[in-house]
Amino acid sequence: MAHIKLLNEELPGIVGLLNYRPETAKPLLELAETLLRGPSSLTSGEREIIAASVSYRNDCHFCHTSHAAAAAAHMGSGLDLIDEIKAGLPNTPVSDKLRALLDIAHQVQKGGKHVTETHITAARESGATDQEIHDAVLIAAAFCMFNRYVDGLGTWAPQANEAYKEMGQRMAFVGYGKS
Amino acid sequence: MPHIDLPAEYPGIRSLFVYRPETAEPLCHLAQVLLHDPHPTLSAGERELIASYVSNLNTCKFCTSTHSAIAKHQLGSELSLVKQVLADPENASISDKLKSLLKIAARVQSGGKNVLPEDVEAARKEGATDIEIHDTVLIAAAFCMYNRYVDGLATWQPDNEAFYDKMGEQRKREGYKPTSINFTLTQELQKS
Repeated sequence: MAHIKLLNEELPGIVGLLNYRPETAKPLLELAETLLRGPSSLTSGEREIIAASVSYRNDCHFCHTSHAAAAAAHMGSGLDLIDEIKAGLPNTPVSDKLRALLDIAHQVQKGGKHVTETHITAARESGATDQEIHDAVLIAAAFCMFNRYVDGLGTWAPQANEAYKEMGQRMAFVGYGKS
Repeated sequence: MPHIDLPAEYPGIRSLFVYRPETAEPLCHLAQVLLHDPHPTLSAGERELIASYVSNLNTCKFCTSTHSAIAKHQLGSELSLVKQVLADPENASISDKLKSLLKIAARVQSGGKNVLPEDVEAARKEGATDIEIHDTVLIAAAFCMYNRYVDGLATWQPDNEAFYDKMGEQRKREGYKPTSINFTLTQELQKS
């Protein structure tokens, strides 16, 4: 049960929190929409993978599984991607650029100052632009917020990967804060 | 030096707002709602104290200095009070309710799952409402984002207390707008 009395306790993860406090829901949804579906030279699938991977490292089951399901929807792959992201994508063909940006995102997850010139140089050498580095850092940082929000208030989350399939499709194709 | 090519005349998160206006918009909107807009509960000064306390735990100089200065102006207090809260909240001259909320904020900073039912219970005993607990958790979480954004791209973070004080006064007056930065301030900063 959540640490506070939500208006609808059936809504899982961040959904129950957004419903509880519409004033803060609005900018949070705008941020997710801009970061994950707005204009960027990174595909939405790549951006959702960064979001899911950081959420996994923050041990946030709801955010990891839902954003991995959104990545799977964007990429037209199966829900196996959810567990692939946990394992570091050993069997998924992804670019060296995305792997380098994930390295940066994983540093941000530990703390901003963990990102060093070496990580940035590696990303540049794999073809990442400044704006892609910027977006990877901000997505990773934003999920250090969303994950803490969801777990810090003790929300519940469905366990099984399959329970996130439709949610992922809605996140991918309808968007955040849209109906 | 910043990790990416940011406009050199702007410090901290301001350089990132100028660099990427698309993301500046929701980031400023969030700060405005969490910290500046009037709420029935938790004053703007108390909200800024939570923000600067968490930024200090994350060792983000720019955010700590900026939000400490805004807290000072919002509370109409001395900077020494804010510094006392950052260093030793338990013995600072703030309410017991705020002390219990700062404990929750520190838990959130170390990880969402570290917030325990007894932390929430302790805050309730001091009179904290659900909305106050919610807003505390979200402010603390949001600064785990802003701090990582500012440090993760290695933005320019000047050592200049007078600059942060002027910026604190400006934020108190104007709130958070993507484009709001006092140009005279940045010019003075560059000369100093």
